[in-house]
Amino acid sequence: MPITSYLAHPHEGKQQELLEELSAIEACDAVPAQNRDVIALVTATESKEEEAQLKIQLETIKSLKLLAMVSGFNTPKNA
Amino acid sequence: MYQSVQTNRRDFIKKMAMLSAMTAAAGMFPGIIFAEEQERGIPTGAQLDWKKAPCRFCGVGCGVLIGTENGKAVAVKGDPKSPVNKGLCCVKGYHSIMAMYGKDRLTKPLVKKNGRYVETSMQEALDLVASKMQETIEEHGKDAVSIYGSGQWTIPDGYVASKLFKGCIGTNNVEANARLCMASAVTGFLTSFGIDEPMGCYEDIDHADTFVLWGNNMAEMHPVLFSRLLDQRLKRGVKIIDFATRTTRTSMAADKSIIFNPQTDLAVANAICHEIINNGWMNNAFVQEHCNFRKGLTNMGYGLEDNYKFTDKPEPVSLKEYKKFLEDYTPEKVSKLSGVSVKDIKYLAAHYGDPNKKVMSLWCMGMNQHTRGTWINNLVYNIHLLTGKISSPGNSPFSLTGQPSACGTVREVGTLTHKLPHGVVMNKEHREFAAKIWDVPAENIAPKPTYHTVEMFRALDRGDIRFMWIQVTNPMVTMPKLKRYRDGAKKEGRFIVVSDIYPTPTTDIADVILPSAMWVEREGMYGNSERRTQYFEQMVEPPGEAMSDTMQLIEVAKRMGFEKQFYYKDETHIEEIYNEYRRHHDNKKHNMAPLEVLKTQPGAMWPYVDGKETKWRFNAKYDPACSNGKDFHFYGKKDGKAIIWQRPYEPAAEEPDAEFPFWLGTGRVVEHWHTGSMTRRIPVLHQAMPHAYVELHPEDAKRMQIRTGDSVKLTTRRGEITLPASVNERGVPAPMQVFVPFFDENMLINDITLDSFCPISKEPDYKKCAVKVEKA
Repeated sequence: MPITSYLAHPHEGKQQELLEELSAIEACDAVPAQNRDVIALVTATESKEEEAQLKIQLETIKSLKLLAMVSGFNTPKNA
Repeated sequence: MYQSVQTNRRDFIKKMAMLSAMTAAAGMFPGIIFAEEQERGIPTGAQLDWKKAPCRFCGVGCGVLIGTENGKAVAVKGDPKSPVNKGLCCVKGYHSIMAMYGKDRLTKPLVKKNGRYVETSMQEALDLVASKMQETIEEHGKDAVSIYGSGQWTIPDGYVASKLFKGCIGTNNVEANARLCMASAVTGFLTSFGIDEPMGCYEDIDHADTFVLWGNNMAEMHPVLFSRLLDQRLKRGVKIIDFATRTTRTSMAADKSIIFNPQTDLAVANAICHEIINNGWMNNAFVQEHCNFRKGLTNMGYGLEDNYKFTDKPEPVSLKEYKKFLEDYTPEKVSKLSGVSVKDIKYLAAHYGDPNKKVMSLWCMGMNQHTRGTWINNLVYNIHLLTGKISSPGNSPFSLTGQPSACGTVREVGTLTHKLPHGVVMNKEHREFAAKIWDVPAENIAPKPTYHTVEMFRALDRGDIRFMWIQVTNPMVTMPKLKRYRDGAKKEGRFIVVSDIYPTPTTDIADVILPSAMWVEREGMYGNSERRTQYFEQMVEPPGEAMSDTMQLIEVAKRMGFEKQFYYKDETHIEEIYNEYRRHHDNKKHNMAPLEVLKTQPGAMWPYVDGKETKWRFNAKYDPACSNGKDFHFYGKKDGKAIIWQRPYEPAAEEPDAEFPFWLGTGRVVEHWHTGSMTRRIPVLHQAMPHAYVELHPEDAKRMQIRTGDSVKLTTRRGEITLPASVNERGVPAPMQVFVPFFDENMLINDITLDSFCPISKEPDYKKCAVKVEKA
């Protein structure tokens, strides 16, 4: 049951739109920064396959400029 | 962040993942605010009372706002008004309030009777502490009692401890754990400038073009400050150079990572000076006007034997002699010793030497926990002095601290054996000055220092010290060569008092355990790395009979007959103590801001003169204490000049050999505060980093067929320990080196470390000893 965190960077002026699209996806938990154009995103899926599918879905969101995966505190080189 | 009720494991992991993302964002965008998350979980309609405080943890001194409701702290957020962190917090800061609410919080005094701890009242426990101390003094003399505090002591805690022991009892047996973390920084400042603490401030970060991190994993140890460096790179394209013995998160984020062999930073620093002079980059006018050259004794030893003593004998040298000395430190010669390429040595020197670049050097434990810690501090100052890149915005050698009040309490109040709040015990005028304010006879204050920390615990082992009171620190995890000192503390005829908030390996050796009030459960002040003093009020009640360390000391002092000196009223004692303390620093070089100023703003930097803080000391443009009529005045020295020291490379106390072929270094991780006694009780932090490990280089691991998670046995001349391996994870040591964090009381790495120390600062070297590594 993978849980993964990301930083989602919107295209210019598209922060709210991106937030709405991410929030509409059940497996996503999105928290926007108040003073920067970036959204902290956590995905929680049931399997690796489902996670891969979700990743593909996320990459089709037009307001999304860049999705940068963030590992947990105790994972390989990532910070 | 709100302290939620216990959620299920999946929700818990999701929360951790969200925190990871926010922490990463904070590293990229300093000052970023996730207000929705920070306030999530706060009960609907909650009427939170937000009050400011400095963070409880590291020496950066971030300003936080604490939300309380119904007598409990329930939320934390970064204080956007704080010039230190501008609204940002690290993972520890966001969870700081949870450290107050661990299940096993100490709430009642415990007294050991027939091998078992028995609850008693605070009044009875304090009676016992006072009577035991008096009894020990009567039987064994005043130098048989001692106090060991910390850089987590508030300013009033340390002040009353020093007043009681040095002024009233008359022993200089006062030490603090800051001896283990920044004593070399102090002696570095004193030998180079004659006065302690950085000349610059965090605002230097906004002006510097190049940052050189000397053995300093800022990304984990000072994450908020590091994010300010990253922010400047985004805005201005500054360069960050990580100069270290191990690849860390800092190395990965830096523009350039340069790895050197342990101990050879001494040689590389001299090589940089060689290049500066050889290439004509020396600022001749600055050096001629503001610097002297000196050399000291060499081959000082390493303090490994009991009662080791060393006193340096400085002698003047000429620039010509200094240049001759540097001929042994050409990049070519130093490259062979240090493992740093000639090109990289020249690269470092070129950044310092470029007259159009402002350079900030930053360091912490890598340079301080070093058997030649004072020397390497001197050598980095040499680089800045030779180029004149000092005491001006962006040109700043900056020694960082690891604890919230290592500067404020230990260095400024002077809770080390040789120190007084103003000056040193060896100086008659300083003793008389302190005695007058303390209202004690001047002859009460002994003119000789007694024991520095390592020697204090050796004295406890030998029986020269019979009574030790330990407050807000955990030496039974942090002392090097720990087994000796643990066994010593347990010997018959020793009486140990420990004031803390949770059970620890140190409370395990106690005869009396006093429950302490923590942080905003009492009133106090901390002083951070940039000379900023910050006030916090009491926001919640401490649990049970827990009492502030300040008040514990006052109560014991009164019981010992010092009512006159400890005249403070319960309701105003912090204000009275702070006002009394300010009198020690009532001069342009160190004046402290009035309490009413500290109450209304997120701290103030000293010297605070005519209603203004001083950002850059020794620079006449900014510092009203400069009085020599020149552009710079290093007024810590009588002639107003700083010293460029001729200090050679010397090897470490113990280096790898055929039997113990690896280097062992120790350190910290971002999730845990020092020994983990608080942060390991915060579920999200404990889960994120549940236990210690040993990092190996992948080539070594492959050769030894060790994979992540495998058990690895480490053996030194002091003993052995088994830990799980970590290969290619967070940090990667150089080949034939291993690294172990020290936060885990179940894997006490200090059982096998070495108690060698810098002969000048007496600070132990936790970064270097020889170890055998085997798959268990």
